[in-house]
Formats: sequence, structure tokens, C-alpha cells
Amino acid sequence: MSFWRNQLSGPTDPVADAAWEAPPPRKGFFTDTSICIGCKACEVACKEWNAIPEDGLSLLGTSYDNTGSLGASTWRHVAFIEQSGERIAQARESGRRLVDLGMPAVGLPDTAPAPALAGSNGHGAAGPGAMTDGDAVALASEAAAAGTVPDFRWLMSSDVCKHCTHAACLDVCPTGALFRTEFGTVVVQDDVCNGCGYCVAACPFGVIERRDGDATVKNSGIAQKCTLCYDRLGAGQTPACAQACPTTSIRFGDLDELREVAQQRVDTLHANGYTEARLYGADPTDGVGGTGSVFLLLDEPEVYGLPPDPKVTTADLPDMFRKAGIAGLTMLGMAAAAFLGRRR
Amino acid sequence: MTTNPLDADRPPELPRSGRRGGGGDVRRRRRDESIMVPDAEFQSYYGHQVVKPAPWKKEIPSYLFLGGVAAGSALIGAGGAAAGLSSLRRIGRVTAVGAAALGGAALAKDLGKPSRALNMMRTVKLTSPMSVGSWILTAFSGFAGTALAAEVGRSVLDRDSFLAKLLRVVEPPATVGSALFAPPLAAYTAVLLSDTASPTWHESYRELPFVFVSSANAAASGLALLAAPTAENGPARKLAAVSAAAEVVAFERMQRTLGPTLSAPLHEGRAGALLRVSKLLTVGGAVGAVLFGHKRTGAALSGLALLAGSACTRFGVFEAGIESAKDPRQTVEPQKQRLEGRRAAGASGGSITTSRSTDMPALQGGST
Repeated sequence: MSFWRNQLSGPTDPVADAAWEAPPPRKGFFTDTSICIGCKACEVACKEWNAIPEDGLSLLGTSYDNTGSLGASTWRHVAFIEQSGERIAQARESGRRLVDLGMPAVGLPDTAPAPALAGSNGHGAAGPGAMTDGDAVALASEAAAAGTVPDFRWLMSSDVCKHCTHAACLDVCPTGALFRTEFGTVVVQDDVCNGCGYCVAACPFGVIERRDGDATVKNSGIAQKCTLCYDRLGAGQTPACAQACPTTSIRFGDLDELREVAQQRVDTLHANGYTEARLYGADPTDGVGGTGSVFLLLDEPEVYGLPPDPKVTTADLPDMFRKAGIAGLTMLGMAAAAFLGRRR
Repeated sequence: MTTNPLDADRPPELPRSGRRGGGGDVRRRRRDESIMVPDAEFQSYYGHQVVKPAPWKKEIPSYLFLGGVAAGSALIGAGGAAAGLSSLRRIGRVTAVGAAALGGAALAKDLGKPSRALNMMRTVKLTSPMSVGSWILTAFSGFAGTALAAEVGRSVLDRDSFLAKLLRVVEPPATVGSALFAPPLAAYTAVLLSDTASPTWHESYRELPFVFVSSANAAASGLALLAAPTAENGPARKLAAVSAAAEVVAFERMQRTLGPTLSAPLHEGRAGALLRVSKLLTVGGAVGAVLFGHKRTGAALSGLALLAGSACTRFGVFEAGIESAKDPRQTVEPQKQRLEGRRAAGASGGSITTSRSTDMPALQGGST
């Protein structure tokens, strides 16, 4: 059972667990949503490179988002969220609470850096990333002094498969179609998957999906999701989305380095007064053992449609099997009692 | 808000009825008195589901029911063989194989690629309840099929033929094997549902196996009541009573453990209706079996009620899990509460959302 515990939850090296010998460093994405401009080049590049079929051309009425969510034929999804000044203030507050968390004394944030956005559209192309620190800090403190919070902001975030350390989809796949690559990513083998759909229900992020459609649709009836461009990685290339991203909002690289870069970016944003900045997926002690795709978010995860405290479902599997075992014995006992009661 | 000189020519803007935007979906949280954490407001991305429901159609709950019938029937068949009740033995063996075959076909039909059904046998994976279950179903079918062959052989083969002798030798181990693989067959389907991110299914993992094995026994005893002569249906009547009581108790406990938010899908909509009907049928069938099981009509009606009750249980639980996955509140709220609870208890690690971990040693407490 202890073998199971190490394999099913907690910090670990998934590549070593998958018994790869001399693997390359674990690869991943760092998606910095503070410099995303919502151009959807990542969505297009992903569709193009991976030859993903069309999956509906509709206007959803959800800001500029017309793809809705990640799915079988949407492996990168750009979320658009329009927020009022009130929401921005709340996001700052929740971000500051996160900073305070674990501090020796949790006091009022009167000494914290004054939060403010540099402009009414602070996260456009010329957002904090494009300014020098001096400019940003000056603007932020100026805005704070004037007591201004922008009355509107537009959050844009390119979502993608998290390539979890403990991947529920991979754990529950009954055919072995899903596997852990030498890069630490999780990939479906299209020619093995029989479309049982278990991974769909197991994913705590709602990423993987079975592709609908008749026989003319490529890989219809088969579970599909981001492969972190396994084919490109094998040839030493950058995944299509990261390659196409014009603002370096999507960065690809060794996960260790990306986590550091992400942390530096949060520290910078905090120093400049943007306390709403936070990381998502960078902690290996979380419910999925850390993710291969790390995000920098500017509000609570659920605002972006991300779960606030995901936990890989198989972490409880040993206990589930134990309960089922006791239930099975109960069943046997009930039947035996029914027959033993009538001895002749 | 920007203005320009043209604004003067525009009609005044009507007040907006609701706030737009993903962050705007703010509703009051239902209170869970058991957890004393600050109220958090519920937010979602345009009301979209966070996790995806299983893409399974009615074949899967049908299989849950049929697998249960097969497992319970195998136990009745084995019990009948041990106790010398030939009708129960025969009925149990026939229905075990019949239900398992139908269930297996339903499983294959539900696949995205039914032609690749045998890929289930490609590997053995303990982390996948579906893989484990496929092997359980295979082993069960092997034993139950052999037991059925022996049953058929009794009546059609010449007693002294080689095949008849062989079947007589393999019959006892086949019966024991089918009885030993029956409980795993009935119980693993609960793990199958619980080992998902669908909130109501996952959080019911402690009690769901008990609900399912009881439901399996109830259904199989119902089938035996329906088919067996009243003179030999005593064990089936007892089994009906015991398993119906166990199912009701396990289900109540399951609802209590789930709490108000996560048990809501078990009460609402079609799932709620199915589960209410299921309780009526199961309890009614069991009472009928005990009181009127000695009469042909009474036994048959009680048996039908038990079978229908079991089917309603499976379809109801199935439906409730699908609905809970579709509702972002079901995913977000309990997770938020879990997170706030941990933070209130002083834990700083273990959260997927982090802030300054590098320059704050306290935040690294949980990591190695």
C-alpha cells in the first residue's frame, strides 16, 4: 500500500515513476496571463499543427470567447473575462490574502505595496511586462495615491492541459492508451484508445474529451487532448502554441526553470503593486502533485473556469478498494446467511 | 467608461439588468453548518462546468444493473448448489451468464470504438477500476459459463460420456469460482464511478459499494423469486429482506456523508425521482417477498418490484453523478470549503494557488 501512496499522490518525479531511463528534463508550459492579449494565435496554431477538426462555429456571447472550453477539438482555449472595478478590488484583496498566508503576523495590509493598475486597460500589449520597473512602480503608486481603481479590465488566459504529475486520466485509462512520455507529459495513443471515456470523467480540470462525429471525422470516438506537441518535442522544437504566441505569454521549457521564471514574475508584479498576481500549479505538494503547465493568474482560479483545489481522484483509490472489499464480504455474508438459515 | 462629444446625441443607456462577464456569476452559497469557514461567494466562468461528465449513455447504468444481477445470481446459484435446491441452482447459473453477457455487450456498445473492445485486455492496471473490472468480469464469466455448461450437461449429455464426466469434475471449482468473483463484480462498479472527478460520485466512495452490493443481491433475489417455485424460494425471500434493509441503510448514510451540497443531485430532477421510486420499490418488494413470497403471484410481483428498484437505484445514482459534474457549483464550492478549512487550520502548503513561495520559508513547509 505504501508503494501505491507514493505513486498516487504527493511530490514525485513522474518520469522516473514511469521507468524512463536517462530522460531529458521534464518539459512544461508557463502561461503568463498578465501579458496575454487574447489574439488566439495559440488556438489557431494548435488546430493547424495537430490537424484538429472544426468543432462548431458559433457566437457564444461570452465576451470574445467563442470556443467555450477545452475539449476534444480545442486543445488551447483562450478565456475572456470582463470585470468591473469592484471585482478588480476583490481580486487584489484575495491575492493579498494569499501573500499574507503563512506570514508570522497577519495584519491589515496598510503597509503592503499600494495596488493599482497602470491604466484602465492595464493588461494589454503594453501591460506591466512592457514597462520598466521604475515606470510601473511610479504609475502604480501614482494611481494608488489618487485612489483610482480602473473601472474595467479584461482578463485573457490561454488554458491548456495541465500535464499533471499525478494524472487521473492516465491512472484510470484501462487500455494503456494514455502514457507518460520521456518529457513528463501525458499523451493519448490514438491507435490504442477504444473510447471508453473514463479519462473524461476522471480529469479534475475537465480537459480531456471524447471526440464526437461520424467516421469521416479524424479520431472520432477517441479521447483527445493536448500532447504538448510530442511530435515537435521529439524533434527538438517548441510546441506550436508557444511558438506562435506573439507576447511570450506562453513559454515552453524545462519545468524547473519555468517554475522559477514564474515565481520571479509574480514577485515583480507584486513589487509593482499588482497583488492580484498568483501562480497556479507551481506547488508540487498540491492535490495533483504540481502541474506541468504553470499559470500566472490575476484572479481566483474559478473565475477562469479552473478548479480552486483539484485533487487527483486516484489518491483515494486504495481506500476505495478497501471499502469495496468490505462491501464484497458483506455481500457474500448476506447470501450465505440467506442459505444457512434454512438447514434441513 | 469613455465619453466623446457624440454621446450627447445618444439616447440614455438603460440600466443593465445583470452584470456581464465570467466573474459576474455571483450567487449565495448554501450554508454547510458542519464546516465553520468564512462564507465564500461562488464564481464560475460563464456558468460553464469545471469538470466534464462521463460521456456514457444508458448502456452504462444498464450494465451496473446487469452486472449486479449476474453477481447476485451467481451467489444464489452457488447457494442453491450447496444447499441442494436445484431450481435456485439452475436459475442462478442461467441468469448469471445471461446478465453478464448482456452487460458485457452493453459495455462494448458504449465505447467510442466498439471494434477495439478487446483492447481492455491489453494490460492489467490496478490504478484503473475499469481495467480491474474488465478482468473481474472476464474471470467471473469464465467460471459462471463453466458452471452453466455443467448445468446444461446434466440434462443433455449421456451420464457416462467423457464430456459429462469432465463437467462433473469442473463443476464444483467453477461454482466456487463464480461465487468468489461475484462480490468483486458487484462492488467494483461503485469504485468505477467513485474514481472520477464527478463530485457526487467521488465523495460517495465510502458507502456506494455497500449500496451497490445490496442492490445486486436484491435484484438477484427478485429474479429468483420471479422464476423459482415457491417451495424453494425461501433463501431468496430472506436475501431480499436483508439486502433491501442494507441498501436503505447504506443509502441514508451515504447522503449524510455527502452533506447538503453534494447530496443535492440525489434529490433533484430525474435522478431524485428515480431514487425515490427505487426506495419504494425495493422496500415494497422486500416486504412483499417476506409476507406474500409463499404465493406464486406475491413472489412474482415482489420479485419484479425488487428488480425494478435495483434498476432505478443504478440509473438514479448514475444520473446524479452526471448532473453533479455539469454543475460548476458542485465542483467549486466543496473545493473552496476544503481549501479554506485547510487554511483556517494553518496549513500553508498543498494548495494549487500560491503566491510568494521563494522568499517565504513558511510557505514551503509542506514541500520537500
